[in-house]
Amino acid sequence: MGEILKIDNISVSYGNIRALSNVSMAVNEGAIVSLIGANGAGKSTLLKAIVGLEPLKEGHIEFAGETICQSKHHGSLTTDLIAKRGIALVPEGRHVFADMTVEENLDMGAFMVRDAEVIAKRKADMYELFPILGARKKQKTRSLSGGEQQMMAIARALMSSPRLLLLDEPGLGLAPLIVQDIFNTIKLINQENKVTVFLVEQNARLALRSSSYGYVLENGKIVLEDSGEALLVNEKVQKAYLGA
Amino acid sequence: MLNFFQLILIYAGIYAIMAIGQNCITGYTGMLSLCHAGFFCIGSYATAIMCKTFGFSFWLSLPVAAVATGLVGLLIGIPTLRLKGDYLCIATLGLGEIIRNVATNLNPVGYSQIPRASLFGYEFASRYKVPFILLIWAFVVIFYILFQQLAHSRLGRAMVAVREDEVAAQSNGINVTKYKISSFVLGAAVGGIAGCLQTAYTLTVQPGSYTFMVSVMVLCTVVLGGMGNAKAVILGAFIIQFISYLPQLTGLTNVIPAQAKQIIYGLLLVVMMLCRPQGILGRDKYRYGDPRTRMEKLNDFFHKGRKAKGGKA
Repeated sequence: MGEILKIDNISVSYGNIRALSNVSMAVNEGAIVSLIGANGAGKSTLLKAIVGLEPLKEGHIEFAGETICQSKHHGSLTTDLIAKRGIALVPEGRHVFADMTVEENLDMGAFMVRDAEVIAKRKADMYELFPILGARKKQKTRSLSGGEQQMMAIARALMSSPRLLLLDEPGLGLAPLIVQDIFNTIKLINQENKVTVFLVEQNARLALRSSSYGYVLENGKIVLEDSGEALLVNEKVQKAYLGA
Repeated sequence: MLNFFQLILIYAGIYAIMAIGQNCITGYTGMLSLCHAGFFCIGSYATAIMCKTFGFSFWLSLPVAAVATGLVGLLIGIPTLRLKGDYLCIATLGLGEIIRNVATNLNPVGYSQIPRASLFGYEFASRYKVPFILLIWAFVVIFYILFQQLAHSRLGRAMVAVREDEVAAQSNGINVTKYKISSFVLGAAVGGIAGCLQTAYTLTVQPGSYTFMVSVMVLCTVVLGGMGNAKAVILGAFIIQFISYLPQLTGLTNVIPAQAKQIIYGLLLVVMMLCRPQGILGRDKYRYGDPRTRMEKLNDFFHKGRKAKGGKA
C-alpha cells in the first residue's frame, strides 16, 4: 500500500528555538506507525505541524498525494480544511468539550457531516466500540474519568470518519491497565475500520508493540527508524526508552 | 411614577436588544468584547444622519444602520479577533473609545430635531411612551426568536465549540476565524439596531451618551442574567434599568446620588461572581444545539402545557 502521509524535510521553530529540524518520514496506508521520544523532543510539535497548527519553516507535508502544508503560508491549508481532507487529531491532554455531554461531544466530532442518519449510525458504532461511552452519553464530559475522556476524545475524532487518525500521547496520565485497553482499541480501529494510525507516545514499549513501524525523535531530529519489532530489540532504544 | 415605569420598559427593551447582541459575542462565542457602546453609537449616528441630512425614513435607515455597524464590526473583527481574553477586551475597549471620539469630532453637539418615525401613518412622538414600548419590545421579541434559532443551528453549535475549546473545534473541522467574525458582526449589527431605536425615541444624539459605562452596563446585563441564554439577558436588562432608575422611582433623587447605581452594579457583579457565576438563569437547556427536529420542537411546544398539567407521568 502507498504512503498516505509524507513528511518531507520539515523544520519548525518557536522564535529562535528550533523544535524540529529537517524531519522526513512517511506513514503507509493502513498501518499503525508510532513516534517515540523523550519530553521536549518535538513529538507534539510534529503532530501540530501536520494539522497546520504550527507553521513550517522549511519543507512540506503531503497527504494522499496532495500538499497540505508547506513553508510558504499561502500554499498551506488551515486546520479545519485539513480536517475536512480526512485527518483527525486527538490532541494532547484530550481537549474535550468539558461542559458538553458525551453525546454532544460526538455530535461536534461529526460537525462536517450533514446527514443526520449517518451521524446516528456512527454514534451507535462508537457506543458499540466504547460501551462505557454509551452508558454515559447523557453525562457531562467533565464528570468522566481520565480514561473515559481519552476514549471519548478518540471516539469524537472517529466521528468524522477520518482516513488518518493522529493520537498525541493517548496513554498520558492513565493507569497501565487502561492504557493497555486503549491500545487494544486502537488496534481494533485500525483493523476493523481501516483507519491509518500515527501515534506519539512516551510509553515506548506499548507503542512499538502495537505498531508496524516506528520512528525515534531526539532533539527535533529523527535518529532512528525501523519496524516496531526491530526497534523493540534495538540496543539504543532499549537503553534510552525501555529501561533495559 | 407610571412615567418612570414606562421609561424603564423602553430602556430595558433597548438594553435587551444590545444585550442579545453582546450575548452572541460573549455568551456564545466566548469573546470578551467591551465596545458595544461603539456599535450603539454607530447605529444611532447612522440613523440620525440618514434621517436628518438625507431625509430617509426611519424604516429605511434601520437596515442601513445595521449594515453600517456590521461592516465596522467586520473591519474591527478581522485584526482584533486573533487576540484572546484580556487582550481582546482591551483592544475592543480602545475601539469603543475611538468610535466615540470620532463621533465627538464629527459634530461635538450631536444632532437634534431628527424627524420622527412613523408606521402606517402613525407618528411616534416621544411624549407618548406606550407606542414606543410596543415598537421596541416587538424588536426584542424578533431578536429573541432569531437568536434562539441561531443558538440551535449549526452556526450556533460551532460558536459554542469555539468558546469551549479552540484546538478541539479546529481539529473537528470548524473554521474558528470564520465563526468568530460571524458572531462579532452579528452582535455588532444588533447593537446598531438598538442605537437606531434609541434615536427614534430621543430624536437627538450626543456623543456624551456613548461612554464606556454603556459597554459595561451591557456586559453586566449579560453576566447578570446568564451568559448564553437569550431569555436571561432580557431579564438582566430589566434589573439593570430598574437599578438605574431606582432614585427616581423611590423619589429619593435628592438623597441617592446618581453615581450610586455604579456602586450597585459593581456590588451586584461581585456578589453574582461569588454566589452564582452562571448568572440568574444560567445557560440555556439546549445550549449546544437542540437535538430535536423542527417537527418535534413544534410538537413539544404545543404539548408542553398538557404535560405540565398532567404532572410527572
